[in-house]
Amino acid sequence: METIKIQGTEDTPKIILDAGTEIMEISGRSMPEDVSSFYEPVLNWLNEYAGKPNKKTTFNFKLTYFNTASSKLLLDILMVLEEIHEKGHDVLIRWHYPDDDEDMAEAGEEYADIVDIPFEQVSY
Amino acid sequence: MDNKKDVKGFLEFVYEFYKSMKAHEITLVYEGEITHQITKAFTSLTESNMSKDDEPNSVQRKVFHVMVECLQNISKHADDFTSNEFLFSGRGIFLVSKGENEYSVTTGNAIDNDKIEYLTELLENINRMNKEELKELYKKQMKEGRLSEKGGAGLGFIDIKRKTNKELEYHFLPISDDTSFFLLTSTISRSDN
Repeated sequence: METIKIQGTEDTPKIILDAGTEIMEISGRSMPEDVSSFYEPVLNWLNEYAGKPNKKTTFNFKLTYFNTASSKLLLDILMVLEEIHEKGHDVLIRWHYPDDDEDMAEAGEEYADIVDIPFEQVSY
Repeated sequence: MDNKKDVKGFLEFVYEFYKSMKAHEITLVYEGEITHQITKAFTSLTESNMSKDDEPNSVQRKVFHVMVECLQNISKHADDFTSNEFLFSGRGIFLVSKGENEYSVTTGNAIDNDKIEYLTELLENINRMNKEELKELYKKQMKEGRLSEKGGAGLGFIDIKRKTNKELEYHFLPISDDTSFFLLTSTISRSDN
């Protein structure tokens, strides 16, 4: 599979999706002007990956800020990962948050409530 | 401004305007079209001012959240309105003020009157809810809601109330028979909690 590497900007997150090295992460800030078109390639990649996933998938979220429109798209990403998990593959979500950011920690807990995937909270 | 007297009158107005801004502790005011570029510029300006003032991180984050959602509300929801006295087109007023104990973010934009009932119900419902109820509503809306054509997720007001833990204050003022000016103020406490 092709690797996705998107450089972060002041309003869009850095994204790496690499099935070969098994690195999958979204980090930084997310408030793109058009959330749907920004996340479209990410969701397409994940949907393709869901067809033949690695034995174990670890997905890292390390966002410092996301707006409400992005929160909806992050859930869409998690739903694809949940599908992979439902098919019997190993999936782990690592949700990183700054140790003084309660809201970001809570956002992780909320996603963990909604989707049925092993979820690990990591403060930094 | 054809003659000296008009110029003088205008400059005096600017001074009054300045004094009035100071009296209301307004740190940023903007009238016009709200674009993504404007949203980025205002949030980064306010962010650097807050960090210069050594505002606690949690306060900075909350102000940032509220500003983005408010600005996006205008850019996605303001209705076009044209008459002899007013001209609006995806435009509105955006204002940030900083008091001793709190920041407030205020927006104003034209809306069609037929939205007033829906907006009032929505805001009253959110204002009535406690933390736990808001959390459940947010999750429900995220799961069941769809992004609108303009990319709105219907989560902005819920998020503002959750982040500020304060009621959303709002007001509708009539512009014409079928249009009103919708004003909304959110306040963010400056004490770190």
